Amino acid sequence: MAELRFRDDEALEQPAVTLDGFLSQSNATAVRLEPDEDARLLIPHLDRLALVEIAFPKFRDGRGYSSARILREAGYTGELRAAGDVLVDQIAFLRRCGFDSFLPDAPLDPEVVDASLNRYGHAYQAAADAAVPVWKLRHG
Amino acid sequence: MYKYDQYDQAIVDARVAEFSDQVRRRLAGDITEDQFKPLRLMNGLYLQLHAYMLRVAIPYGTLDSRQMRMLAHIARKYDRDYGHFTTRQNIQYNWIKLEDAPAILADLASVEMHAIQTSGNCIRNISSDQYAGAAADEVADPRPWAELLRQWSTFHPEFSYLPRKFKIAVIASDEDRAAMKLHDIGIQLVKRDGKLGAAFYVGGGMGRTPMVAPLIKDFVPIEDYLSYSEACLRVYNRYGRRDNIYKARIKILIHELGAAEYARQVEEEFAHVKTLGIDPPAAELERIAAFFAPPAFDAGAPDSVDRSDPDFAVWLDQNVKPHKQPGYAIVNISLKPVGGIPGDASSAQIDVMADLAERYSFDELRVTHAQNIVLPHVAKRDLYAVWQALVEADLAAPNLDLISDIIACPGLDYCSLANARSIPVAQKIAQRFADLDRQRTLGELKLKISGCINACGHHHAGHIGILGVDRKGTENYQLLLGGSGAEDTSLGKITGPGFDEDGIVDAVERVTDKYLELREGEERFLDTYRRVGFDPFKEAIYG
Repeated sequence: MAELRFRDDEALEQPAVTLDGFLSQSNATAVRLEPDEDARLLIPHLDRLALVEIAFPKFRDGRGYSSARILREAGYTGELRAAGDVLVDQIAFLRRCGFDSFLPDAPLDPEVVDASLNRYGHAYQAAADAAVPVWKLRHG
Repeated sequence: MYKYDQYDQAIVDARVAEFSDQVRRRLAGDITEDQFKPLRLMNGLYLQLHAYMLRVAIPYGTLDSRQMRMLAHIARKYDRDYGHFTTRQNIQYNWIKLEDAPAILADLASVEMHAIQTSGNCIRNISSDQYAGAAADEVADPRPWAELLRQWSTFHPEFSYLPRKFKIAVIASDEDRAAMKLHDIGIQLVKRDGKLGAAFYVGGGMGRTPMVAPLIKDFVPIEDYLSYSEACLRVYNRYGRRDNIYKARIKILIHELGAAEYARQVEEEFAHVKTLGIDPPAAELERIAAFFAPPAFDAGAPDSVDRSDPDFAVWLDQNVKPHKQPGYAIVNISLKPVGGIPGDASSAQIDVMADLAERYSFDELRVTHAQNIVLPHVAKRDLYAVWQALVEADLAAPNLDLISDIIACPGLDYCSLANARSIPVAQKIAQRFADLDRQRTLGELKLKISGCINACGHHHAGHIGILGVDRKGTENYQLLLGGSGAEDTSLGKITGPGFDEDGIVDAVERVTDKYLELREGEERFLDTYRRVGFDPFKEAIYG
């Protein structure tokens, strides 16, 4: 179960399988992507996925941000979870890339999470969230 | 000059609040130094040998007098009364206290400045041509396009934890004054059939594995500019190496994949990214470009200059460059007085330059990658007054592009990565060649010094480059010849065994003596070197 979840639907109880496991079988509906695995391989199967967990073994490894956007841009609407070395100061960027649940190795202070998610009222660029880029606000 | 609107200001203000909170948590011990490090680095705050160093962004090297005065104020109030202008057109302060950093950022925000992404593994400050808007040879002013990139890259959620730092330069002339091909992405605005587009050079850089960026795409239609940039970055973020910090820059990825394969992958990504609607409408570019409209030049300004003062004439010939507007000129202020520290300026000097910009240059200044300052739009009738004020402030060294106009990194005097000192070597070389007539006889000669292999002093791109290394516990200096950061970009070649501090000065002199012996006609040192090759110089150095 994710420690932080920004979804209204029921959390999935099924454990996530590896990408290889998912592609070679199965009726699994939850998959875990390592940083070096290609999120595009999941695109043909998005309709049967309810959870994609993207691993962050080290917070400095930013490949998962691209994986998340690729899935959202392909139309994936299921749960997208960041798991591992996920720090409070990354939550806002992760949310913008489409993550909607978090399973950090170390617990996060909910107050600090709230503060960091609400700090920026505007974003310069379009991403995988609903934020309207500043240029669109300027020009309608 | 770009001016913030409510959105720009709100974002920078939020950053001040965020970083203040992060510093508070760090000082309270809520986060470890390891966790704090990437956060402070994204605000340009480094822990150096003696203190914290704060690097402040000067987007594409352009600023106004109010901002320049704030830089002086920060030096005076929070540092030791000086600042250091860098090869990335920024300024850094060497003696900052962590607890002062939030107040400094608040001061900066009050004049539409910040330290966002001046370090860390993210897209750094966008650099550009210091003569933008003043040079006759540009196809467009590159600064609106640099500003567009600044906004796009600021807090880019996907590209804030890249494999390594990422530097982008935008120019718009065939003459390259920004070392464009030595950036992770170098963009040259070009025109084809009357339409503006962008040539993308990707995968250049210096450091321990220097590379000149190959051309990835010769013409990106300007309306695809950000989408194409995003595609370039996404391919890098996904496939750039993360197993070895020394192989993590995009140049290594492109070297390993080959430029053609990288270009193919970018093209494939671009085909997808273009459908996402991330390119702003033309109206946004027009909004930004309006801030960079040419100033109200006096069309009747006299085009002649009284050269009767010989010292003034020397400075005029060396440091003043042609402007596209008749009656105006581009003034270069050298921060390389003989015996000084390249790129350093005192608070008082920074104030003087701000005053001159306000009074004589339509309130604009530029910082150059060669660590000098430019007043881009000075009426020729005001040149003498400007020069007199510069002389008064010890800012009139008439040595632009001469051997004493040295680029040097802070080196072991400040930097925790350095193996050797750079500043004393720069000072000794400048002193050896202090005679201005001798320097002028040598002509254009770009000498660049780095105190370690990371190459912040651009030694690979020096006509003469010097690299400080640590050899069994003592500082040792290697000599390189034949580099260039201009449109004829090339990488210098190491001459052979290194020298001690005095030995490297002698070696440089043997090279320049040999050049004078070999040169034909009006050849620059670099031209002679390219004509005769490496061997005659090697022979002269090592005998």
